[in-house]
Amino acid sequence: MSNDLTPKERMAIDRQHMPEQDAGARRRTFTEVNLGFTEQLALLEARRCLLCKSPKCISGCPVLVDIPRFINFLAAGNLPAAAESLLSDNALPAVTGRVCPQETQCEEVCVRGVKGAPVAVGYLERYVADWARAHGVGAEQPSAPPSGKRAAVIGSGPAGLTAAGELVKYGHDVTVYEAFHTPGGVLVYGIPEFRLPKQIVEDEVERLKARGVKIECNVIIGKTYTLRELRERFDAVFIAVGAGLPVFMNVPGENLKGVYSANEYLTRTNLMAAYAFPEVDTPILTGKRVAVVGGGNVAMDAVRTAKRLGADEATIVYRRGKKELPARIEEIHHAEEEGIRFEFLVAPVEVVGNAEGWVTGLTCLRMALGEPDDSGRRRPVPVPGSEFVIACDIVIVAIGTRANPLLTGSTPELKLNKWGNIEADERGATSIPGVYAGGDIVRGAATVILAMGDGKTAARAIDAYLRGS
Amino acid sequence: MHTILANTQLAPNVVRLDVVAPRIAEIRRAGQFVIVRKGRGAERIPLTIADADPARGGITLVIQAVGKSTRELAALRPGEAIQDIAGPLGQPTELLERGHAVCVGGGVGTAVVHPIAQSLRARGVRVTSIIGGRAKEWVIFEAELRALGAVIVCTDDGSYGRPGFVTQALADVLADGAVDAVYAVGPVPMMRAVAELTRPSGVPTIVSLNPVMVDGTGMCGGCRVTVGGETKFACVDGPEFDGHQVDFAELADRLGTYRLFEREALERHEGPCKIGLEQ
Ligand SMILES: Cc1cc2nc3c(=O)[nH]c(=O)nc-3n(C[C@H](O)[C@H](O)[C@H](O)COP(=O)(O)OP(=O)(O)OC[C@H]3O[C@@H](n4cnc5c(N)ncnc54)[C@H](O)[C@@H]3O)c2cc1C
Ligand SMILES: Cc1cc2nc3c(=O)[nH]c(=O)nc-3n(C[C@H](O)[C@H](O)[C@H](O)COP(=O)(O)OP(=O)(O)OC[C@H]3O[C@@H](n4cnc5c(N)ncnc54)[C@H](O)[C@@H]3O)c2cc1C
Ligand code: SF4
Ligand code: SF4
Ligand code: FES
Repeated sequence: MSNDLTPKERMAIDRQHMPEQDAGARRRTFTEVNLGFTEQLALLEARRCLLCKSPKCISGCPVLVDIPRFINFLAAGNLPAAAESLLSDNALPAVTGRVCPQETQCEEVCVRGVKGAPVAVGYLERYVADWARAHGVGAEQPSAPPSGKRAAVIGSGPAGLTAAGELVKYGHDVTVYEAFHTPGGVLVYGIPEFRLPKQIVEDEVERLKARGVKIECNVIIGKTYTLRELRERFDAVFIAVGAGLPVFMNVPGENLKGVYSANEYLTRTNLMAAYAFPEVDTPILTGKRVAVVGGGNVAMDAVRTAKRLGADEATIVYRRGKKELPARIEEIHHAEEEGIRFEFLVAPVEVVGNAEGWVTGLTCLRMALGEPDDSGRRRPVPVPGSEFVIACDIVIVAIGTRANPLLTGSTPELKLNKWGNIEADERGATSIPGVYAGGDIVRGAATVILAMGDGKTAARAIDAYLRGS
Repeated sequence: MHTILANTQLAPNVVRLDVVAPRIAEIRRAGQFVIVRKGRGAERIPLTIADADPARGGITLVIQAVGKSTRELAALRPGEAIQDIAGPLGQPTELLERGHAVCVGGGVGTAVVHPIAQSLRARGVRVTSIIGGRAKEWVIFEAELRALGAVIVCTDDGSYGRPGFVTQALADVLADGAVDAVYAVGPVPMMRAVAELTRPSGVPTIVSLNPVMVDGTGMCGGCRVTVGGETKFACVDGPEFDGHQVDFAELADRLGTYRLFEREALERHEGPCKIGLEQ
């Protein structure tokens, strides 16, 4: 099949479906749900792209991936060129192709979405990225000659890894400090294997190391070293410590045995592999009935994990309605297919337990939608007398995270906003000269691609700073 | 990798490990701890920094082998290594400026109270240590504490020192007056009893809490404890708190979260459990 298609012929092709593991089978395994396009599906989908002269899709992507360019190479069967093109815009396409909320970014504005389904940009991105990984193509761009300057990166999530990759490319000597024993940030401790295989992150880390990036784990800046000490030892510092402080509901019973923050639940399962207990040493409570409070990606990951850990009944408890769910649409679909229950317009008021201190249920109120709030969404208001109990033995709280003050609290001269996030300008510069910041610690809980974009922008600004311009 | 410099048996099931961790040795302060992960597949567990030798780049951990993870660490020989040690974590001890402090150590808690006593002594505070164990062979750190001030040893079975609990000795010391602060580290029931004893007189009482931890940096919330009616994360806000404000019942209860798992891990590790995990 050739890529010489008329727009009409392109329009005639329907959006291709992502092959996935059967919903029944995958409920109990942590292997990836999406299996990835075959070559045939990828070529068909690529040919749906109209190769617009002024492509809207690009403006929907926070890092401005030249979407029609890589898709055109793909459609022509030139995968090395497609990979080169994609990787020059985006350092981790194998990650973003899997986890970007495409429906609110590139795919939302794709013209093909006006009268039907948008081009599956994410699936194509994933296809090209996986091909490049399998063939070792496009990964190595030459580095500039050594600059003699040293940069420290704090945190090894998507923002930190991206910045580190860019900084070595510019010829600087880069050391990444990570608090955990494994690099990757949320990509390894938060997002589960069934959505993002850890091997992808491991490979990226190995690639960075091969390029000369030094990664020191078990170093907590603010404890092991202060930011001031780093500033003295390095010519510039990039802070990318994420938004890791779990928010609890502040309701009675929240310290009963069986209540987890999503952070703890997911960290035990993903980073510590607690699902494999007793093959590994870290345990995790597995419940027959699990209630997860929240409606974002974190809540979906937690509830689907609970199912995989053996829950008969795993329920999302969300205070607004289905169309307000902030999670990626694909995660919601997958959750529904896997038999997750949803309780919409419900707000927990108390965790109840038995005499031995174990959770037995979550008392909730039904909500009605009232006037719009600051976010423009209608504010849920409790319905009087609507109290009811969701019987459960595990409650997972996934209602958001805030900035962890461990680093920022030990550095008073670093300017923060009223939520405790670091204030940084559009290039990532903070109130301390030579210190830059990006990702969730600046934005509050946001997305992988925005964190990566920040890493790239800040690296450029750091390079300019280090070269004295 | 952190090489073991020495492994010394202090009491039945209690060893002192000296481990290479130069940066931590250099900056740690009394009251702080590390998170240790022995290697692939191992748990992350918190252990107090009992002492440090910055010249050698070593830190001292005193480990009570209660479950699989602590037993595996306690079995490490010199030359072997621990893969991950992160720290120093937690807030340093709030030290009395002057006067008379009583340091109460129960079991392995005595090792934790030792750096506190050391720091107090270094600022010129008078230190009386009250340390206890089930029997004579369980009493640890006696000589080290004697170098810092008076020591009263108590054993449950009376095989050494005063018979009875540390709280009885503490009551006598308090009755003599002139105690400006009490630092108590040991099993939860001991710390609770110490806090109850000092509550009427209001002598400031600091306890070191040992909830289950994962990261030790404030990102999981697993270590939450209730202090003065508020939820605190022991790893970042503590681990030391005002003993008069701590909800000990909740702490004791939450410590039982993984009891069934702990038993299973231990049984797989060394056959059916003989020691019993209840403290
Ligand atoms: C469960 C879950 C699911 C998500 N799903 C999606 C999704 O599908 N799509 C999407 O786009 N986004 C998703 N997100 C959000 C996304 O993961 C984050 O926005 C992104 O990871 C932020 O990147 P970051 O580099 O700023 O920080 P992080 O990924 O949080 O990394 C920060 C790193 O810094 C380390 N660190 C923290 N403090 C210190 C310190 N003092 N010293 C040294 N190191 C430190 C941390 O250990 C961590 O490794 C999800 C988040 C979670 C929690
Ligand atoms: C700040 C702090 C300092 C500590 N200092 C020391 C010390 O200096 N020496 C020492 O011997 N012990 C210390 N502990 C306790 C030590 O961490 C636990 O005994 C150890 O984690 C048990 O692991 P295990 O697998 O051997 O036993 P398990 O079989 O897992 O458990 C045995 C007991 O330890 C508790 N426990 C289990 N996992 C943890 C965990 N991750 N964190 C805390 N407690 C846990 C259990 O509730 C149980 O009571 C400290 C704990 C804290 C929080
Ligand atoms: S990085 Fe994300 S938003 Fe940008 S093109 Fe790829 S999938 Fe779309
Ligand atoms: S807007 Fe849609 S059709 Fe147009 S170039 Fe972008 S992906 Fe292709
Ligand atoms: S151990 Fe995770 S927050 Fe304290």
